Amino acid sequence: MGATVKYDEVEVGQEIPAVDYNVRRLNLVMYAGASGDFNQIHWNERFARMVGLPDVIAHGMYTMAQAGRFVTDWAGDPGAVVDFGVRFSSMVVVPDDDQGATISVSGVVEEKLEDKRVVIGLTARSGDAKVLSKARAVVQLA
Amino acid sequence: MALNRDFVGRTYPPSAPYEVSRVKIREFAAAIGDSNPVYRDKEAAQAAGYPDVIAPPTFPIVFSLQSGGEALVDPDLGLNLAMVVHGEQRFEYVRPIYAGDQLVTSATITDIRTAGRNELLTVRSDIATAEGEPVCVTYNTIVERGGAG
Repeated sequence: MGATVKYDEVEVGQEIPAVDYNVRRLNLVMYAGASGDFNQIHWNERFARMVGLPDVIAHGMYTMAQAGRFVTDWAGDPGAVVDFGVRFSSMVVVPDDDQGATISVSGVVEEKLEDKRVVIGLTARSGDAKVLSKARAVVQLA
Repeated sequence: MALNRDFVGRTYPPSAPYEVSRVKIREFAAAIGDSNPVYRDKEAAQAAGYPDVIAPPTFPIVFSLQSGGEALVDPDLGLNLAMVVHGEQRFEYVRPIYAGDQLVTSATITDIRTAGRNELLTVRSDIATAEGEPVCVTYNTIVERGGAG
């Protein structure tokens, strides 16, 4: 149990390199089933357009899950995340083709707290849009 | 239509216990594309110091609206569900969720506000084991697009 990243080896301002996560319609269907969120805007193009959206959009929680994966892969232990919050600032539009959309997540060490905890500021982009804002995780380091 | 501010501060009865299963965690991890073995392999999770497989950080979304969900469909609230998107989400973790946990959720509507043309509503969910051990607190803010018209 515990992060593999050592608190003493981390500096404020240190960047965590971006990782790209692909999202296709299949992922949204799987996420709907696994999460129980069957809102039609996440799988039904006809319904999405009817309520004024450009196309089917990803569940916000799917995007948040990718940001979470970015943090836990960096920290080395999912149990080391003690606080995780985001604002969904823009939609991830997922076209019905073989490419889907890309969510690009990067991070920076924003603050070193007491008890070997750090604040990671997260950036998530899809195309030109910043899809998360105020995205931050507090991680318990070794 | 503006949301009914009388709902702020309302608390909802605790949910029936949600039983966290290894199969559900595996399904959720597969859906988010995360192959971390501590979500899938009991031995790997135990080698990492956990009693059983643990759940990904965003897993509480699966069951955290079991308490309070009825508020969102209460006609007195005035929420048009077709116009709802997710605005903000936050998790404060006391410990990871383990397979085998029996989790009870208690919900409170903590805030309703207007932002531009939208209406925002925040539900706080306190998640604890059936024995009362705190596990996680979640804050879920939904946006009703155009709700403030």
